[in-house]
Amino acid sequence: MNRHLISLAAATACAVLFPLTASAQATDTLAKVKASNTITMGVRDSSGALSYTLGEGKYTGYHVEICQRIIANVEKAIGHKVETKYQSVTSQNRIPLVQNGTVDIECGSTTNNATRQKDVAFAVTTYVEEVRIAVKANSGITGIAQLANKNVATTTGTTSVQTLRKNERANGIDFKEIYGKDHADSFLLLESGRADAFVMDGSILAGNIATAKTPTDFRIVGEVLSVEPIAIMMRKDDPAFKKVADDTIRELQKSGELAKIYDRWFLFPIPPKNTRVGLPASETTKATWANLNDKPMEDYAKK
Amino acid sequence: MTWDWQIFCKETTTGDQIVGCFGKGQDITYLDWILSAWGQTLIVSFSALVIALSVGLVIGTFRTLPNSPWLVRLGTAWVELFRNIPLLVQLFVWYFVIPAIFPPMQQVPSVVLVVLGLGFFTSARVAEQVRAGIQALPRGQRYAGLAVGFSTAQTYRYVLLPMALRLVIPPLTSESMNIVKNSSVAFAVSIMELTFFARQSGEETSQPVMMYLAVSVLYAISAFGINRVMSWIERRTQVPGFVAAGGIGGGH
Repeated sequence: MNRHLISLAAATACAVLFPLTASAQATDTLAKVKASNTITMGVRDSSGALSYTLGEGKYTGYHVEICQRIIANVEKAIGHKVETKYQSVTSQNRIPLVQNGTVDIECGSTTNNATRQKDVAFAVTTYVEEVRIAVKANSGITGIAQLANKNVATTTGTTSVQTLRKNERANGIDFKEIYGKDHADSFLLLESGRADAFVMDGSILAGNIATAKTPTDFRIVGEVLSVEPIAIMMRKDDPAFKKVADDTIRELQKSGELAKIYDRWFLFPIPPKNTRVGLPASETTKATWANLNDKPMEDYAKK
Repeated sequence: MTWDWQIFCKETTTGDQIVGCFGKGQDITYLDWILSAWGQTLIVSFSALVIALSVGLVIGTFRTLPNSPWLVRLGTAWVELFRNIPLLVQLFVWYFVIPAIFPPMQQVPSVVLVVLGLGFFTSARVAEQVRAGIQALPRGQRYAGLAVGFSTAQTYRYVLLPMALRLVIPPLTSESMNIVKNSSVAFAVSIMELTFFARQSGEETSQPVMMYLAVSVLYAISAFGINRVMSWIERRTQVPGFVAAGGIGGGH
């Protein structure tokens, strides 16, 4: 009787698992939006000034604003207005949700890398992220070398965890890593003194510091640990939709609007608390704007 | 999406494919990592289970004592405190709130906090099952113990608990399996267990579905293993003719 149960369970498991291998159908986002009259924007709850929530289902940020411009051009392309729905996504579910059609355009803080390009497509890079170190201003830490044997916080499910490992191996030093379950949690680790440093994308660090109780208690220090192109993500093999997105960004760049939008989110006070992120566009970001492209992260490392 | 199980043979930092799948020296493959994560899950679960069963037994017994109102109140307070607060919230209280009040608590390793948090949470549930077991026995058993001159402690040790604990093995089995699954909250306080592995490696390899699938299988194996051990204990401790014997029913 027991043997029967086990073989039954195995058979059920096979039946459930293997249909998953069926591939996704061809995509035409413009036609889908035209037919359904809605477009779903994937957004993040707290990805610094790139994409964050104001509460009550409202989302805003640098990438959200660029996406709103793209959606305006999508409306022009299909000839009528559409309703924009916002869907909050996480690091874990953003790629499956774009692939399966739940989200049409993801406007968060997704790194464009070669592995992901096999599954999804990216618009031209609008922001280049530099992985940096945040510490308490009075800690006296100025670089990665001083973090040997110190508690270093980072967030589970981010590429920064791998960046830390690479740095440990390359420099032969050892960190005591602590992992927060999200960025707010990791920042709390730094704030509460459980961690001596928080290693993460510069914009996220700046955003968290800006909204901290006393922003002056924290500082971003040290060398750039890794450079990552961050881009707006969409389904693969949908050239018409990607062209609308890329052209929108190119137009914004040509008119100088892109830099103005950047400054609005990263230099001037932003809602909800009217704080300043204070992160001027880096040289690598400016270089990418001057020569818009959708190259993956691996191409940046080669330089 | 493609199924490429070779991904488990990848080195976690350099991304090189390792021959034989197990890294040597500095090299750690995703296979090495998932196995150590499994170990962490098992360590957290078993330590928490030991705490849950021993504390639960004591607290559950307290709640049935006839002439000790303060111990009964203590037991009730314990149960209501630990079962009325969500597990994740309890962990954050242990991890962030208590160290803010008592700074030395910050030195306590997070694995200890998780084991205590998970153990106490489950102990409240175990205590209720132990109490139910004791109260399910006919009142005559307690009187019989007292009639042969046993003290209260002896009545519990030799008459009530041996029968009550046999009665509650089935719900305790569920609880012991639950603790393995509940240990997944430990990722939130920086324990590198299976859920942590799934979230992190899913991001690094861009294959979250495969990683979650592998992790689900390991969780299922762990919980089912506990189920087998408990059913073995149930069979070994069977008392012929007793109401709870064998689960066939009608043994009265």
